Amino acid sequence: MSAKQNILAKLRNSLTGTTPVPDNFDEALVTVPYTYTPEQRIPQLRKLMEAVHTEIHLTSEQSWPELLAQLLRDRQLPSLLIAPTTPHGKRVTQHWANNPDLPTLKAYDRPVEEWKAELFNDTPASLTTTLGAIAATGSLIIWPTREEPRLMSLVPPVHFALLKASEIRDNFYQVQQEYEWAQGMPTNALLVSGPSKTADIEQVLAYGAHGPKDLVVLILEDQ
Amino acid sequence: MSTSTLIPTVAVEEDFRTRAHEALGDKQLRNNFRSAMDSLMAKRAASFSDAFEREHLRALGNAIRARALSKLPDLLEQLEQILTRNGVTVHWAETVDEANGIVLSIIRAHEARQVIKGKSMVSEEMEMNHVLAEQGVECLESDMGEFIVQLDHEKPSHIIMPAIHKNAGQVASLFHDKLGVEYTKDVDQLIQIGRKVLRQKFFEADIGVSGVNFAVAETGTLLLVENEGNGRMSTTVPPVHIAVTGIEKVVENLRDVVPLLSLLTRSALGQPITTYVNMISGPRKAHELDGPQEVHLVLLDNGRSQAFADSELRQTLNCIRCGACMNHCPVYTRIGGHAYGEVYPGPIGKIITPHMVGLAKVPDHPSASSLCGACGEVCPVKIPIPALLRRLREENVKAPDSPHQVMRGQGSKYSRKERFIWNAWAKLNSSPTLYRLFGFFATRLRALTPNNIGPWTQNHSAPKPAARSLHDMAREHLAKQGDR
Repeated sequence: MSAKQNILAKLRNSLTGTTPVPDNFDEALVTVPYTYTPEQRIPQLRKLMEAVHTEIHLTSEQSWPELLAQLLRDRQLPSLLIAPTTPHGKRVTQHWANNPDLPTLKAYDRPVEEWKAELFNDTPASLTTTLGAIAATGSLIIWPTREEPRLMSLVPPVHFALLKASEIRDNFYQVQQEYEWAQGMPTNALLVSGPSKTADIEQVLAYGAHGPKDLVVLILEDQ
Repeated sequence: MSTSTLIPTVAVEEDFRTRAHEALGDKQLRNNFRSAMDSLMAKRAASFSDAFEREHLRALGNAIRARALSKLPDLLEQLEQILTRNGVTVHWAETVDEANGIVLSIIRAHEARQVIKGKSMVSEEMEMNHVLAEQGVECLESDMGEFIVQLDHEKPSHIIMPAIHKNAGQVASLFHDKLGVEYTKDVDQLIQIGRKVLRQKFFEADIGVSGVNFAVAETGTLLLVENEGNGRMSTTVPPVHIAVTGIEKVVENLRDVVPLLSLLTRSALGQPITTYVNMISGPRKAHELDGPQEVHLVLLDNGRSQAFADSELRQTLNCIRCGACMNHCPVYTRIGGHAYGEVYPGPIGKIITPHMVGLAKVPDHPSASSLCGACGEVCPVKIPIPALLRRLREENVKAPDSPHQVMRGQGSKYSRKERFIWNAWAKLNSSPTLYRLFGFFATRLRALTPNNIGPWTQNHSAPKPAARSLHDMAREHLAKQGDR
């Protein structure tokens, strides 16, 4: 018999004569204390994300590219990784075209194997969008795509994330229901709640362990 | 560090009692644990400020785990079916040797030389680092705490905070000696040193290994939580990802992870959520530009089906590995994680390890508890740890001819002498005549009771019967009242 058959046979034998425990999932427990008014959502998200060193800027659909350029200049970042074919990628390209002397734009447009060294050693910042955010836990929802692959929000030391204020949801349960996650998950889905951190040495909190050292969220308000 | 050197782990010497005794005398160790556990307890308490929510959430967590276990074989098959459909290869292993064999065969198929590992307690069960090193394959830990203990040839002393037994000064010396960097006690600098070394390793690694926090049967999703990003790196950068997990980690529905996730991160670290919640449902698709080309899941039994067979002991498998029981344990706080000598320390270690290695190998584990109940009170999935410890104590002294074979190594502490004494004690206390006779002699012959009665008198004064028994005095008191 195979390991699988042995394990399953043992487990089934142990359950002989028992009935499955009924599903009494009470969603009120994970929704009622974590429900907010539209006015509360941004402050709630902000409070939690800033508590773990996330930098948050309120901006608008109109003016975020300008703010992004300013933030890059302030940090003296030489280049920015973008997804040029996405609507926000196009906005960046357009703004850059009209404003000379901005940091170089790079595109994640080929398999990682073809430029892994450059991604690891010479890509100081990236810009990705988000699917939304969760106010209850202060988390960005990120579904990597072909245009914005998994490593785009992980390897560059500074990660800029765009978040539409209208896409901030109350809690994780609501997000799963609304987007019907149970019907199909992408190869990789992420909740990101701040820059990378660790408290593994003497419980002293240090940022920038393995992932981005800085997470900068641009919240676009006038939707 | 050279690439494929064998990194031996410092051998665990002596038995549990000796190690515990030594740990108790180690002032530095005790300080490190005391301050860490105090802080972890305070953080947990603060994150569960609403007792009503906390208790109802714990009840829900318990119900979700109980439901998953009540359908475990079906859910495992469902998980395998959906993962396979998603392009993930599922392997089953009854023993750690089988699991290592599976991992090695994947490594050989890819002619891999370097493995980078996210945090995984199951891989500790497998002693994967050691097994791979023997085959000339470097297996490097990437969690900062795990990296530190591996560098010092140690094992984790806590399941969430592997290097909690060390202070910054000790890590500074270690990095200076082993990595050749300038001595610094600055934690930020130490972390940046680790980041630099490990970034290169993520870049080079042929295979990434990780654990799994929850495996969702409904969607075929492997959910991993972490703060550092090493888990995402290990599961995303190398071309092959191998996840190893115990068969009990499966949950039925995606929504089940909402309360479990909240219970896990708040119980473990007092955080509303970890920095990263990484949900993996398949390898890189044809049109995608990164992510592993291959994803494997190894489902390990290693004694779990033995715990599963008994409806009381089955509750051991509710565990979501938050570590709250050890953070609140007065024994763990005083002796630290290494004294237990096994992969899982503290209260959860005491109830899970006997199923993995046999009760005979860890006979003192169930009794290394004051049964204060703190572990059971804080457990986010309501495992009745004190009750299970008492149960294991019973299994520990079960007569060898008992027809009830519950677990490997049961009855290893059985003693005919002890059994005789307890039988006599039971008889004495259930027969009024015998009890009175005993009371009569015990009070009159009190001068003859020994001053040295084994382990008891190591820490206590010897018990002396009173000159008169309570019964006797009560009888006299009642007689006097009758006179009035």
